[in-house]
Amino acid sequence: MTDTVERKALTREQLLSAYRMMRAIREFEERVHAEFATGEIPGFVHLYAGEEASAVGVCSNLDGRDTIASTHRGHGHCIAKGVDVSEMMAEIYGRQTGSCHGKGGSMHIADLSKGMLGANGIVGGGPPLICGTALAAKLKGTGGVSVAFFGDGASNQGTTLESMNLASVWNLPAIFVAENNGYAETTSSTWSVASDNIADRAAGFGMPGVIVDGFDFFAVHEAASEAIARARAGGGPTLLEMKFTRYFGHFEGDQQTYRAGEVEHARAELDCLTRFAARVTETGELTRSDLDAADAEVAATIDRAVDEAKAAPLPTEADLLTDVYVRY
Amino acid sequence: MARTITYREAINEALAQEMERDESVIIMGEDNAGGEGSPGEMDAWGGVLGVTKGLYHKFPGRVLDTPISESAFIGAAIGAATAGMRPVAELMFVDFMGVCFDQIYNQAAKFRYMFGGKAVTPVVIRTMYGAGLRAAAQHSQCLYPLFTHVPGLKVVLPATPYDAKGLMTQAIRDNDPVMFFEHKALYDLAGPVPEESYALPFGEANVVREGGDVTIVALGRMVHTSLEAAEQLAAAGVECEVVDLRTTSPLDEDTVLESVENTGRLVVVDEAHPRCSMATDISALVARKAFGALRAPVEMVTAPHTPVPFSNTLEDIYIPDAQRVANAVKTVAEWTR
Repeated sequence: MTDTVERKALTREQLLSAYRMMRAIREFEERVHAEFATGEIPGFVHLYAGEEASAVGVCSNLDGRDTIASTHRGHGHCIAKGVDVSEMMAEIYGRQTGSCHGKGGSMHIADLSKGMLGANGIVGGGPPLICGTALAAKLKGTGGVSVAFFGDGASNQGTTLESMNLASVWNLPAIFVAENNGYAETTSSTWSVASDNIADRAAGFGMPGVIVDGFDFFAVHEAASEAIARARAGGGPTLLEMKFTRYFGHFEGDQQTYRAGEVEHARAELDCLTRFAARVTETGELTRSDLDAADAEVAATIDRAVDEAKAAPLPTEADLLTDVYVRY
Repeated sequence: MARTITYREAINEALAQEMERDESVIIMGEDNAGGEGSPGEMDAWGGVLGVTKGLYHKFPGRVLDTPISESAFIGAAIGAATAGMRPVAELMFVDFMGVCFDQIYNQAAKFRYMFGGKAVTPVVIRTMYGAGLRAAAQHSQCLYPLFTHVPGLKVVLPATPYDAKGLMTQAIRDNDPVMFFEHKALYDLAGPVPEESYALPFGEANVVREGGDVTIVALGRMVHTSLEAAEQLAAAGVECEVVDLRTTSPLDEDTVLESVENTGRLVVVDEAHPRCSMATDISALVARKAFGALRAPVEMVTAPHTPVPFSNTLEDIYIPDAQRVANAVKTVAEWTR
């Protein structure tokens, strides 16, 4: 395994934090899945379960100077960048106490104070924006980097391709993370992406392209660490391609008749949390009881978030016309 | 001290003064300096119509050439605006909005509201519009009604060099995304402009000519067409009040309504197509809120509902002219039940 060196570089605290973050995303998504089925959550919800190692492996290399842009499948990125899970849950329930006061919903959770420039309802919406935040960081000399997470679907959008070219032309501290979960809605990326790998496209934009096992936190962390260090040092953008599977449908309610058996296989053999736990307990860096304690703590946090969200007030009619410069 | 400069120079001066005042102001666009990576001189163009000429050398590192990738660089300007910059991006012709509109109406326009008031996006998108240069169907459109329709965008259309400078200064200082429409036939128009910096507030229409018989509401280049018609009509004894909207979003309803309350007659002159335009919007406004004052049906003078034609003879007919405005004014002035 190539992760041996990297694992030694991570402290016990960092390992625990990464595990807790991945567990929080999983727990959050499993709960939203269950609660959505009761009919209480309005609108469209796209779950990130299965992909946790990508968000956490990348964002564990970021700090307060850095900005990310996300996708319609954005809960994991929000949590990994430090957005409050109670506010997120309240937003998903459309409550006044939500991250966006109930005006955004699942597809638009944002917290600019945390460097989270928003989940995004438009496929390919984020990459141009992070070229801008990266430009701002470069001009201001903050040392910040910006990361666009996008899916295999968005990898075929002109906005994404234009942004990779612009990031290279302007030599921006930008990282493009293609999360290839195999399907754009129902359509396989083996069909819709004309190149063998999304990462192969990096060559056309003059940047390194790296294929990463997206189920392996350590592989993601190492690849992201190298790319982000290069970007911070003025070495320009990188394209990372995470290969993995999402555990739920495109959206909640998707019967997933376009695939069979993959999720069961991934959950049993490839799961990022299971693999993480096996490695760190094998090396003795963390114990099973450390992980169990983290699991219990996370479960309590998510329980509380759901309870608070359900009890929180809905926006009022007066909120309809706020936060816009003029109302007719 | 006011002196006479062109509409182009007035915009350039506003950009320069704001860049001097605030180092977060940056400029980006295709050929906005001109010559990046090329063997000859830098700042070769200053944009295709030279509006940003000279700023590249005056403000090192703050005037950026871009690839022809409107989605990427308009989006980058928007992203940079969320991160503390005040970018002024040039969308060369507004006709090119089709290749970057998502970033404008789904991203920039939505952030403040959709994120619960937690985002500001102080970006200015400068763009060239309008017919008259024989530039044909894909380089001559008005399209400001499309942007005016979208909540969260401010839409500005200066008609004079004085307004161009003051409205650009305000646009840069504003915390919301601003679409700044520059009429390509006005760039060489000269007029008095103070040397010192000043900002004109949005949502304040300008009564550019007073008169008690008929109100003409116009915007952009059509303000000049309307003034020309008003001159002719004055000679015939009809006094027109000409209202320049200056901004379509926010819209100064009060000035329009007050004028119609006085005159009882309205002609709206709009270079855009007739449906879902400022002409229909102002007509509806007056019908709803000044119905009792109206002494004649509202007349609209607009371009026809066709793409902009190329041939001189056709384009000249396409663009509303002073004669058509004068005819419309006569119709409402002479109307009886």
